[in-house]
Amino acid sequence: MAETAKVLVINKHGLHARPVTQFVQLANQFQSKIEVSNGELSVDGKSVMSMLRLAASRGTMLDLKADGVDATEALKKLSGLVESKFGEE
Amino acid sequence: MDIRKGIGVSPGVAIAQAFVLDAEELHIPQRRVRPEAIAEELQRLADALARSQEELISLRDRTAQRLGTELAAIFDFHLALLNDNTLQERFRDSINKEFVTAESAVAGVLRSYAKEFLQMPQEWADRVKDVYDIEKRLLRQLIGQSRENLTKLRGDVVLLARDLTPSQTANLNREHIRGLATDAGGRTSHTAIVAKALGIPAVVGLNDVTTSANAGDIVIIDGNRGVVIIDPDQPTLEQHRQYERRLVEFEQSLDLVRDLPAVTLDGHEVTLLGNIEFPEEALTVLGKGGTGIGLYRTEFLYLGQETEPTEEEHYKAYCQVLEVMGDRPVTIRTLDLGADKYTQKRSAIPERNPFLGCRSIRFCFQNMGLFKTQLRAILRASMNGNISVMFPLITSIMELRQAKMILRDVMEDLEDEGIHVRSDVPIGMMVEVPSAALQCNDFAEEVDFFSIGTNDLIQYTLAVDRANERVAPLFTGANPAVLGLIKQVIRAGQRHDVDVSLCGEMGGEIEYTLLLLGMGLRTFSVAPPSIPELKKLIRSVTIEHARQVARRVSTFVTDTEILSYLRDQVRQVMPEAF
Repeated sequence: MAETAKVLVINKHGLHARPVTQFVQLANQFQSKIEVSNGELSVDGKSVMSMLRLAASRGTMLDLKADGVDATEALKKLSGLVESKFGEE
Repeated sequence: MDIRKGIGVSPGVAIAQAFVLDAEELHIPQRRVRPEAIAEELQRLADALARSQEELISLRDRTAQRLGTELAAIFDFHLALLNDNTLQERFRDSINKEFVTAESAVAGVLRSYAKEFLQMPQEWADRVKDVYDIEKRLLRQLIGQSRENLTKLRGDVVLLARDLTPSQTANLNREHIRGLATDAGGRTSHTAIVAKALGIPAVVGLNDVTTSANAGDIVIIDGNRGVVIIDPDQPTLEQHRQYERRLVEFEQSLDLVRDLPAVTLDGHEVTLLGNIEFPEEALTVLGKGGTGIGLYRTEFLYLGQETEPTEEEHYKAYCQVLEVMGDRPVTIRTLDLGADKYTQKRSAIPERNPFLGCRSIRFCFQNMGLFKTQLRAILRASMNGNISVMFPLITSIMELRQAKMILRDVMEDLEDEGIHVRSDVPIGMMVEVPSAALQCNDFAEEVDFFSIGTNDLIQYTLAVDRANERVAPLFTGANPAVLGLIKQVIRAGQRHDVDVSLCGEMGGEIEYTLLLLGMGLRTFSVAPPSIPELKKLIRSVTIEHARQVARRVSTFVTDTEILSYLRDQVRQVMPEAF
């Protein structure tokens, strides 16, 4: 039972090394399969390498998709992390 | 598939896995493994990942303590990269499906990520540094202290390097190297000479071939067209395999002339000798139909090792060749080092202009112990065969006299010690400096033979560094001034009854053969693989024709006219040559 959400990247430098690390660490705490898309490109949200390939800069709209028992919770937490600008200024 | 254009310096086509040699000589070892070794490779990968993680955790904690968590965060990122399941899965996949070693899986996968990142916006392109860092960390774990080296190659490879230094080539395991490709170098660079000597295809001046190919990639080296193809697709691969077969067939047609004499159609005999660098090549010379060694370079004795070679090492290397050659002539050139690491390391101040500096015979005069050691060994070996001694880079009569005097001193020393040597060892000199060529009539009074070294003669006459790709196209033997000097030396030899041979690369370039024959040259000393082709050509021409060619060439004033005329003439005699 897949669930989806849209989230806007609003932190200054976009999904660079540190935000991606945070995102992936959080994603790995869930059992659900997490998929993140930037337009055409969809990648595994639990892989740092893959997430970097999104090259998501500030202002990018990401599609999140979670599939698994804790999908709802996962989407909520992950969206929250992106919206909180990953704790950056 | 990635096609690179460079300068083809040694003909032929080689298709094999890449062996990449970077500046630190660190490389990714042989890529393929047998299916039964896969489990072991997977275990090595797992161990390397685990140890790298431990390293990173302790690095992060130490950094956090000393410099704060902000700076330590980068290692969290590296840890996250290492722990990335997708990445680890790709490593394992590569080992499982491509039957490769852990290190080549790591290098291959990470470099393909790196390539992808480099095409992304700056912010992400910068992450390439982290990818490289991770790669290095893993490779260090995997390769550890057990770096393989060039002497221990097991399978056939093509060697890719920034540039090939003489000491690296001295250590090459020549059995397994099918082709060479380098970032640097020009038509007559060291790589080119080595490749020709080994008879393997080579392309140089490729700028960045070492960074674009991964160890283990299939690479095609096309020395005829000066092209390198990394990771070719199936049609390209097939096309080049066919091309390779056709070249091999041409080679085999040359084998037919191997045991026939080098005689022109009108009955003039020509002597074809081989240039060698290593003792083992003496056999190749005979195998290719050469009747002696016209140039035995002795630098390899110095370059392969840290310490100076002993008299015994010299002696053994010479005797090894004499044993193979029997009573056929063997001309040993005394040490011709210079403008390289060996001499530069030994001089207190690096030379500003080493090609005009303390090289070759000049270096020997300033390192008398080293020089005498070699001369002793040559003289002792003279009892076992038909040896001649040749001094390189002679510039003035005084230099020649000094060299001959030292040789006599050494001879007397040996006699005093009760060691018998031949007292009539022929003494010759390289004519490779314009001053020597211009004064050749005087020199002819004092030597038994001349050997024209065209590589240096061209370099010094035209003031072109042949290894500098920015000016390399200016380097040509077809320059009328160069040809004039060569003609003068051949004439002086005839007039004074002094043997003249030509041992530079020009001798093996068949566009010049007719011209040189026409000028009167009757002895060629060339890289062994060139002998059959040269012989085939010589057996297809008359001296009368050659003289006409030489007369015609003397009416041209530019090298381009000369070269296109010469190519045309050769094409008429031997259409398959070009």
